[in-house]
Amino acid sequence: MSTGHVSATGTESGAVPTVDPTDPNLTYREVLDEGLRRDEIEVVHYEPQFPVPGTTAERRIERLVAFLFLLSGVAAIAFVVIFVSKLFEPNYEFGSHASDWFTPLLGLTLGLALLGLGLGVLVYGKKLLPNEIAIQQRHNVASTPENRALAVGTLGFIGSELAIQRRPLIKGALGLGGLGLGAAAIVVPVGMMIKDPHNSGPDGTDPYMTTGWNAEKFNNGKPIRLVREDYTEIKPEHVSTGGQMTAFPGIPGGVTNEFADSPILLIHLRDDDAQELRDNLHSYPVNAQDGGSMWNNFVAYSKICTHAGCPASLYEQQTNRLLCPCHQSQFLITDNARPIFGPAARRLPMLAIGVDEEGYLIARRDFDVSVGPAYWERPSS
Amino acid sequence: MKRRKLDVKAVPGVVANATDERFKVAGPLRGIMNKVFPDHWSFLLGEIALFSFIILLLTGTFLALFFDPSMTEVVYQGAYAPLRGQEMSHAYATSLDLSFDVRGGLIMRQMHHWAALLFMAAIIVHMFRIFFTGAYRKPRELNWILGVLLFWLGFLEGFAGYSLPDDALSGTGLRIASGIVLSIPVIGTWVMSSLFGGEFPGHVILDRFYILHVFLIPLILLALITVHVTLVFIQKHTQWPGPGRTNTNVIGERFVPRYTIKQAGFFMIVFAVIAFLGGLFQINPIWLFGPYRAAVVSAGSQPDWYVMFLDGSTRLMPAWELTFSIAGHQYMIPGIFWPTVVLPGILTVLPLLWPFIEARKNKDKTYHNLLQRPRDVPNRTALGMMCIAFYVVLLVSGGNDILADKFNISLNATTWAGRIALLVAPPLAYYITHRICLGLQQHDREVLAHGVETGIIKRLPNGAFVEIHQPLAPADEHGHGSLDYVGWTVPKKMNRLGALGPAIRGFFKPVEVPVRPPAVPPAPESEREKIEA
Repeated sequence: MSTGHVSATGTESGAVPTVDPTDPNLTYREVLDEGLRRDEIEVVHYEPQFPVPGTTAERRIERLVAFLFLLSGVAAIAFVVIFVSKLFEPNYEFGSHASDWFTPLLGLTLGLALLGLGLGVLVYGKKLLPNEIAIQQRHNVASTPENRALAVGTLGFIGSELAIQRRPLIKGALGLGGLGLGAAAIVVPVGMMIKDPHNSGPDGTDPYMTTGWNAEKFNNGKPIRLVREDYTEIKPEHVSTGGQMTAFPGIPGGVTNEFADSPILLIHLRDDDAQELRDNLHSYPVNAQDGGSMWNNFVAYSKICTHAGCPASLYEQQTNRLLCPCHQSQFLITDNARPIFGPAARRLPMLAIGVDEEGYLIARRDFDVSVGPAYWERPSS
Repeated sequence: MKRRKLDVKAVPGVVANATDERFKVAGPLRGIMNKVFPDHWSFLLGEIALFSFIILLLTGTFLALFFDPSMTEVVYQGAYAPLRGQEMSHAYATSLDLSFDVRGGLIMRQMHHWAALLFMAAIIVHMFRIFFTGAYRKPRELNWILGVLLFWLGFLEGFAGYSLPDDALSGTGLRIASGIVLSIPVIGTWVMSSLFGGEFPGHVILDRFYILHVFLIPLILLALITVHVTLVFIQKHTQWPGPGRTNTNVIGERFVPRYTIKQAGFFMIVFAVIAFLGGLFQINPIWLFGPYRAAVVSAGSQPDWYVMFLDGSTRLMPAWELTFSIAGHQYMIPGIFWPTVVLPGILTVLPLLWPFIEARKNKDKTYHNLLQRPRDVPNRTALGMMCIAFYVVLLVSGGNDILADKFNISLNATTWAGRIALLVAPPLAYYITHRICLGLQQHDREVLAHGVETGIIKRLPNGAFVEIHQPLAPADEHGHGSLDYVGWTVPKKMNRLGALGPAIRGFFKPVEVPVRPPAVPPAPESEREKIEA
């Protein structure tokens, strides 16, 4: 292994040579070796990769390193030029434009600049510096017994200085005070953030049981119309047979995320599917009350998945399934949105719908059950 | 007054002297420069995570100058024409501005995202290395624990950052997170409304995530990373067994210059890779997803890759909702609680305890500075592969809708395949790995006893064919050596023994023409032996 120079560190010979590192006659190498000896390091193999300076092979490596650094510089300048150029347009239109190349060219030039620098540095280190094998001793021991004893004694004396043991009054008072401050440290962040989940606002309605379809709260008791994303109202004839439409409560802000539990999927079922659902309504009595929650062949289900709250909105017209794309829960439309596959365990709530005197679709009342993901105290209906 | 000339050559000496007079650094500095580091490619996996983190800090600071996490609704009037006039949160609008209006903003965003993906990947691969080589054993248990914590902190940090742009995809992720929080027994709704400041989505969650993402979690990450690296420095790096390497030494190179130079070069290369990725490969094109709306989702919604295993566990979970009544009230534990709260809990606690479990099982209290080859510890290696199999099934299941779509198979079949594989693959992986380890061990012993296969077939006088083996040490009359296995690579091929002759160096043409042995002239005919036909 040790084909090269073996340093005379002297650790193996036992006799510690007396080297005075301040001696001005020492070479750098001799001083280094003395430092290494003090750090319990022995260089057992030290071999310059180019023992004769200036050979063709060495100059070739030098040229390679220089080339890489130059490449890096050129690429970096190109990066700067592209960065400040007019190639960048703060304006996106459809179609392909020269500005599409802005970011890729930045990445290419920046990557090249960094790669050139990195490779140059690596080649310099790996190819031009001498190969060496150094051995450093390591000691797998804890502190010496002496040091431990010193630390323990010091701690013991500090303890006796404090003498908290013979001052029970202070000890008790400190314990109580500490408890109080600890409670304060907990109560401040918790107290600042905590909110009663089931009570929001002066009317005291439970947000988990109230959505934007609550006519008393949001529409002065007047039935709320179903609207599209642009707040246009929906008439039954707007939805073709077998078609579906996402609808929102027709109240101010009804389509925004303020009412994140309110979106519904309005489905216009084919005759036979509608009949099947009508026959199935009584199997889930909540949906059958008050003459059933359907209106003619129309049914509206909450769009919020009962599993994790994603919109369960991929409508498979052929199989009458609703699929939630997040975790693939599937609900059977013709059976009160019963979950038939995937991790969801509960039906999508059905919204009782009807038509007002002007022929627009309305919600007859708010959802009968809690919408969305389950929680500990959720009513079981 | 006489002006003194500045002696440029004396400046370093003066500065060094002044510094040392004040800080007394000469001694420690020498110790650091001389410190010996062992070298192996697998020791650099953690460095990738470290370097990615630095790049995350750099790019993230740039992004923070332009991003505003406000959830106030605004009408977009920016550079991206297809979304102009739409209502969206200010957070999403400023994310779009970063992508289209800010010069160089898009490459910064994409570099930030790629660096985050690389950060998590490097952490995981680094963890594999530590686990399979037993580098976490005494005295390095604390660093293993810090590593596990760093993974989960990185996970949270990544998820918080992913949620900030408030596009349709990240908003959906946030909604799922709210569903997960809701599922916690007893306190779910309270935690949820405290965190979100009321109902989902509320108005404060992005502001809270923002301060977590740009201040609190990075601060903890930075502190833990500092301790993590400092401990490596103080405890000295582990090393592979090999010639001269013992439990009480470190064989390698001095920290300065060569090792440092290699580190610096490697940092630049990691930086370069992230720059290439950020410029050339699109990631998270939020402008295609649109602003988050509670009613909007698209097929193929996948989170960032490091979250996908939890998405997979959620998808595979059967629809089990526990309901029971206490004192006349109905209560329930939603099914999503198990794969998203309990499973990560187990995945945190078990790894934290693992070094102590293993040491207890082996009654092992000694120091370990030499690494183990995975084959030499078949039980641990098999256990690790078992965990990886479990993880990979979950990871793949996180994209089962994509698989079903691309390979034209039933979506439900992929879910069932995942459920079955989750139970079958881990034990199978354990068994196969265990057998492979034993086989590799046996082959090592065989080569040590019989030597390396030379590829030379000899025909014996009785007609039998035998392969000649090159013994690795002086052998007895049967050609059997008596070498002990020392836990390090056993040469298995002749060219490992330098048998393939001089390699010709040089890329396009040989650097040195190998010296040909002088041709031996044929012996005169009189001296040749006749071969009788």
